[in-house]
Amino acid sequence: MRKLPTTIIVALLLIIEIYPLVWLLLGSFKTNREFLEEPVWSLPSSFNFDNYVDAWTTGNIAQYATNSIIAVFPALFFMLVMGTAAGFALEVMVWKGRNGVLLAFLTGIMVPGQMILLPLFTVYFQTGLSGTLWPLIITYTATGLPLTVFMMATYFRSVPREVFEASTLDGATILRSFFSVGLPMIKNAIFTVALVQFFFIWNDLLIALTFTNSTDLRTIQVGLLNFNGEYGSTNYGPLFAAICINVFGTLAIYLFLNQRVQKGLTAGSVKG
Amino acid sequence: MKQVLGDRKSILILIGPALLVYTLVMLVPVVWSLGYTLFEGNAIIGFQFVGLDNFARMLTDARVHEALWFTIRYAIVITIGQVFFGYLLSLLYVFVLKKSSGIIRTLAFFPVVLPTVAVALMFQKMFEVAPQNGLVNEFLNLLGLESVDWFGNSGSAFLVIAIMDIWRSMGFYGVLLYAGLVDIPEDVLESARIDGASGWRLVRHIVLPLSLPVLLSSIIFSINGTLKVFDSILALTNGGPGTSTSPLTIYMFQTSFTYGEYGYGSSIALLLTLLCLVVTVFIFRSSRRDLTKG
Repeated sequence: MRKLPTTIIVALLLIIEIYPLVWLLLGSFKTNREFLEEPVWSLPSSFNFDNYVDAWTTGNIAQYATNSIIAVFPALFFMLVMGTAAGFALEVMVWKGRNGVLLAFLTGIMVPGQMILLPLFTVYFQTGLSGTLWPLIITYTATGLPLTVFMMATYFRSVPREVFEASTLDGATILRSFFSVGLPMIKNAIFTVALVQFFFIWNDLLIALTFTNSTDLRTIQVGLLNFNGEYGSTNYGPLFAAICINVFGTLAIYLFLNQRVQKGLTAGSVKG
Repeated sequence: MKQVLGDRKSILILIGPALLVYTLVMLVPVVWSLGYTLFEGNAIIGFQFVGLDNFARMLTDARVHEALWFTIRYAIVITIGQVFFGYLLSLLYVFVLKKSSGIIRTLAFFPVVLPTVAVALMFQKMFEVAPQNGLVNEFLNLLGLESVDWFGNSGSAFLVIAIMDIWRSMGFYGVLLYAGLVDIPEDVLESARIDGASGWRLVRHIVLPLSLPVLLSSIIFSINGTLKVFDSILALTNGGPGTSTSPLTIYMFQTSFTYGEYGYGSSIALLLTLLCLVVTVFIFRSSRRDLTKG
């Protein structure tokens, strides 16, 4: 009986969410002439990938994507290793001052990035790291730690303590319990946190913009921003293709792992 | 047992690296940044001690006032917008689509994972007026209306920013609030229905009060994020036209890196940090009081 309004609401929602993306995708196949002379909702006359080739090679998107990969994955790795170990020490092990340390990590979630940019910029400049991707790797690792530590501590809380007590009784040192008992038990959690942090770092603009001063260090987001300045006003096709590479690349990961991304992102954020 | 779980050397090995990196790259810079607020200059030309001059300057700087006012306006409008539309979405998922909401949730979540810069550039082209009409203006023309230069004045530019950021985030709040709504026990809803509550009345008197905690944490989360807005506005309007859509974050960035004024930039960053802190503490406190009362 209430089928029709529901259908209309859902249809409207789908148009709002999907149509801009469809329009973007269609635009990426259009020639510049089609952009300027035909209505915006017209279909491209042919589906050739010239714009993509342009964006990827002459537009340097390939280089920017490579930079992003070089900066993001080491940072993810360091952040996860340190964060998981710290989460374990804070939640499973018993020592004085662990609440204070956890609190110190937690406050890091609230601090705006702007607050640490200038000192870091100074240090990276003085130590000569400025011309490399190290500033990004280091900064991403550190800024990701608060949330990682906090989420890992939460996950370790859900592992029954008896498990670790048992392995201790069996004669394992605590480090051994961590590596052969703790880590395997929260493998899934680590993957979820990795996914959440991947989206945060991959999409970051502020830190990347601050610490990449030369063209060949730009990450994909900074590259795209500059791409707009250099090509955007004159050359629509490659710009649309460049945006598409960004959008549909991310979307592919999301569609593949969608339940996990939704759960991870919402869990990670609210608790932060 | 206790000895093993409290083994100092192991604790140090496990938490040492994280604590060290976190302290060096976040805690020390925060304190260092506080120190900068008392100086003028930058890393290249050197620093000069100026005492509280930077704070005095902030009090009279019209651009700081404009940026602060924009940041607050933005935070309020976007928070209301994204939590409101998110709540509508979550109600749609739970009460209308019920078990079949999975696909719609997945689709409505799309914009959340997309890179902000890409989304902002897409909206720039959608609302464009020259050299060619974007999607929105073309649609207006179709309805017989004039094209609008959306980025030409601060009011309409703000509107586009709001539309974009709400579009970007409502799916996120939809899922977040959905998680809160599915926790409401079915028998509570059932007994309310038997008592004759339905539709709006059910939402108003049963669902809304019961989902208040998750609504409040959404609001805190949203305000905390919106006060720090940077990427989306930078890529969409670059703070323009003029400086009319520059939040504190963008003004801080320009002061520091375009004009090389580290001291003043740090002071603006401190203002932003304090704003985040005060707002969060304030909402957290008032929400806790209300909850214990209700």
